[in-house]
Amino acid sequence: MPIVTIDNHTIEVPEGTTILEAARKIGGDIVPPTMCYYSKLKGSGGKCRTCLVKVSQGSAKDPRPMPKLVASCSTPVADGMVVQNITSPEVLEARKAIVEFLLINHPLDCPVCDQAGECDLQNLSYEHGANTERYEEDRREYDKVDIGPNIQLHMNRCILCYRCVYTANQIANSRVHGVLYRGDQAEISTYIQNAIDNEFSGNVIDVCPVGALTDKTFRFKSRVWFLKPMNAHRNCTKCSGKVVVWKFGNEIYRVTARKDQFHEVEEFICNDCRYDHKQPEDWTIEGPAKLSKQSVISQNQYGNLKKPSIILPIEHRTEKQE
Amino acid sequence: MGRKILLENIDKEGIERFDVYRKHGGYTALEKALKLTPDEVTEEVKKSGMRGRGGAGFPTGMKWSFLDKKSNNPRYLICNADESEPGTFKDRYLIEKLPHLLVEGLIISSYALGVNTCYIYVRGEFKYLIGILNKAICEANANKFLGKNILNTGYSLDIHVHSGAGAYICGEETAQIESLEGKRGNPRIKPPFPALKGLYDCPTVVNNVETLAAVVPIISMGGEEYAKIGTGRSTGTKLISASGHINRPGVYEIEMNISVEEFLMSDEYCGGMKNGKPLKAVIAGGSSVPILPAHLILKTANGENRMMTYESLADGGFATGTMLGSGGFIAYDEDSCIVRNTWNLTRFYHHESCGQCSPCREGTGWMERVLHRLENGEGRMHDIDLLTNISKNIEGNTICPLGDAAAWPVASAIRHFRDEFEFHVKNPGIVKNIKHGSLKKYTV
Amino acid sequence: MHGFKIHHVLHKKDNTKVEFSPEILSKVQQIIKRYPEGRHKSALLPILHIAQEELGGWLSPAVMDYVASLLSIQPIEVYEVATFYTQFYTQPVGKYVLEICQTATCAACGGEDIMEHLENKLGIKAGETTTDGLFTLKGVECLGGCGYAPVMQVNTEFHEHLTTEKVDALLEELKNNKNADKAKESKWAEKFF
Ligand SMILES: Cc1cc2nc3c(=O)[nH]c(=O)nc-3n(C[C@H](O)[C@H](O)[C@H](O)COP(=O)(O)O)c2cc1C
Ligand code: SF4
Ligand code: SF4
Ligand code: FES
Ligand code: FES
Repeated sequence: MPIVTIDNHTIEVPEGTTILEAARKIGGDIVPPTMCYYSKLKGSGGKCRTCLVKVSQGSAKDPRPMPKLVASCSTPVADGMVVQNITSPEVLEARKAIVEFLLINHPLDCPVCDQAGECDLQNLSYEHGANTERYEEDRREYDKVDIGPNIQLHMNRCILCYRCVYTANQIANSRVHGVLYRGDQAEISTYIQNAIDNEFSGNVIDVCPVGALTDKTFRFKSRVWFLKPMNAHRNCTKCSGKVVVWKFGNEIYRVTARKDQFHEVEEFICNDCRYDHKQPEDWTIEGPAKLSKQSVISQNQYGNLKKPSIILPIEHRTEKQE
Repeated sequence: MGRKILLENIDKEGIERFDVYRKHGGYTALEKALKLTPDEVTEEVKKSGMRGRGGAGFPTGMKWSFLDKKSNNPRYLICNADESEPGTFKDRYLIEKLPHLLVEGLIISSYALGVNTCYIYVRGEFKYLIGILNKAICEANANKFLGKNILNTGYSLDIHVHSGAGAYICGEETAQIESLEGKRGNPRIKPPFPALKGLYDCPTVVNNVETLAAVVPIISMGGEEYAKIGTGRSTGTKLISASGHINRPGVYEIEMNISVEEFLMSDEYCGGMKNGKPLKAVIAGGSSVPILPAHLILKTANGENRMMTYESLADGGFATGTMLGSGGFIAYDEDSCIVRNTWNLTRFYHHESCGQCSPCREGTGWMERVLHRLENGEGRMHDIDLLTNISKNIEGNTICPLGDAAAWPVASAIRHFRDEFEFHVKNPGIVKNIKHGSLKKYTV
Repeated sequence: MHGFKIHHVLHKKDNTKVEFSPEILSKVQQIIKRYPEGRHKSALLPILHIAQEELGGWLSPAVMDYVASLLSIQPIEVYEVATFYTQFYTQPVGKYVLEICQTATCAACGGEDIMEHLENKLGIKAGETTTDGLFTLKGVECLGGCGYAPVMQVNTEFHEHLTTEKVDALLEELKNNKNADKAKESKWAEKFF
């Protein structure tokens, strides 16, 4: 089995493991951030370029460094490979640039965005973004497209990670939406008036790293950090029935899948559980849900970090979870 | 007179027809190849030292030897006739005039690679070439040079022509494979490389039209003979598409041992600058390569004559050199506006980005918008360094080389013509009033 | 400054029945056979070209749904592809689409002036169609004819070394041709595919 060194940590992993998965096994700060890769979705990754790392030694056999930075999520390790992530200023510089690219056409409407507080892009820009904004041109704006009663699409916020497309293909097994047009005009849409409606279609909400796909049935729109996320389950014939219910007092405001430390869902859930079971008696509560360490909410980052000016100020009240 | 190998018979009346092509020695290289083993054919190509003519210049023999021959899956050869790199129009010329040369090259190459199905991916705008190719394929079939059991050797091959539909990115080999599978032209993330997992996840080689056509003379004369033509690692002849402000635009076959100056000034080739105006700049290898000012394209930074070879054009690296690329040679006279030209090319890459990866999707548009302002007299001094920095942030950070191709023209134009960019900032009134026709958003 | 609003039409579901003629259908079957068993989706681009030519000059949702059914793929797979490639029109266009190269060499040799001339002459802007439905004006990227700049393509024909006089003459010719039957191109699919 290949042995790889990432930021001075050495680990042995099975043949074919990607640099990113090896880094996740090591854990901690050296794990590259991901915006498009999703370990549960085949073929995902490679697109956003936030997970770029430097390969300073290709392998024991061929120790030459790779000619340019590589996407750790889609580059397999080789025996004797030496990788630099946060120990390489070049990588951090490049990552800053990627964050900037992702933000230049982003509407920065965090104050009105349902995803605020659990947005991967928000987290990413806190951790890796620059402090100044250099983009002085107009921002891209799409027409609004209605994709049905359950899911709200805000195309302006989309980073074209393709996760929702893979999800529809692989989890929901029928697809009426996709990536249309190309370049920076590319758009997630249904092309013809259509509703995304299928037993597992709600999962696109959970996989979306930003606020482009949100839950239309999320009652009384609330800031997520006002809510208490609780692990809960029910007997479901379609899925595992293991979810997180987001409560305010005794009321269930929304239901989502459980997420792991890398912000990926543990098990995909069905639309029944997600949309149609919002009574407290529907669920057996297990206890408070653990939030990902990257989450802005759990890190209380609103209080501690200097905000990059590129993010509009957010009216907030931090509430430490757990 | 330079020696013509590929285009030797181009002026023969009716050479696009099988009988005429045959009369002039056509398909004898194939007959010769079929007497060799596939590996021996590959060996000849290796010995020839020929480098891919599609742009990247990767040695063809070596590329072929990477093809996974152990896999039980079928193997494929794709002939890249997408030719969309601005400044390049040689493949079209070659197919139009010498379709059988390409077909013969495809059969020999397929035989060497153990391929039984070959696709020619023709850009959608060149529909008329599809008819020409189909006719040549039919004729080759009828004469037993193609199809089942070629010349009773037991070797069979089908060649199909496939049409693109308007996307520069489908020239990139993995985007082309996706497109051939009936999908959007999104380049694939590598690894795996096509040699292991290409078309339908099977081992695949993608080669340019000119590369595959050149296999014919390589087999005819032998790899070693071919390698004697040209200089250094630039062996053989290369088709150069010459355009811009020159007297004789067109496609020229050159031995890779002539100087840029000779190519530009000689009546055998470009025939000098149009209306005798001084040369300002040259894009030597298609729009993706760095632009060079007159003094650096004619002489290297060391004062040596710049030659039309892979090595000499690259001499000086990105600081003072460029690349041979696809051989799209565009000459600009002293009246050309470099800022406008840079904006134009950036608009091209912006329009052609597939949009998969963030640096290219967002960066090309950003550069275009800044350049558009500069060109229209609305630029600021700091825009110039900003552009250099955006291009640096795109370069090397993308899925496919289109990102680099978009970055280099901007970086090189600013490197060599910074004063012109500054002029645009300092003289908004003047630049605003220069008329260049109207160019706006124009997609349907 | 560049306006940067993106308007992509959200089409209505369209149940109009469209169909290829038996002759074209057999051509389509022949094309599908060029690709290995189970890889029929590969035929999508060629078939979309033929569908656009034969079924109304543009790819309406009904036409695309029909193509999807021919290849047993999901309609969205066709929409995704059709919107990616510039030669597929997802809006109606004129009988003649005048595609004028605006890139590199053509731009340096007067391509933009040709465009301006045509805009003035036809009274429409690039991207628009004349009210009589005869001409659509479109700027395109390098057509691979830079040595013969400026270049324009009208449907499948190339027109090179353009001058304003040449363009005027061509417009006249196309106008006079306007009622000519499409018969001469009836073998379109056969000729090109
Ligand atoms: C954006 C892009 C466009 C390309 N366009 C073409 C093209 O039109 N024709 C071509 O032969 N190669 C093109 N290439 C190069 C191909 O990817 C590939 O390297 C080439 O076809 C290999 O053939 P060769 O080894 O014979 O040169 C392009 C590459 C990129 C990145
Ligand atoms: S909508 Fe969300 S999941 Fe889908 S591509 Fe955009 S950002 Fe990714
Ligand atoms: S570099 Fe550009 S063209 Fe290439 S994959 Fe990325 S977005 Fe697409
Ligand atoms: S996470 Fe690796 S490129 Fe997006
Ligand atoms: S630049 Fe117009 S055809 Fe190439």
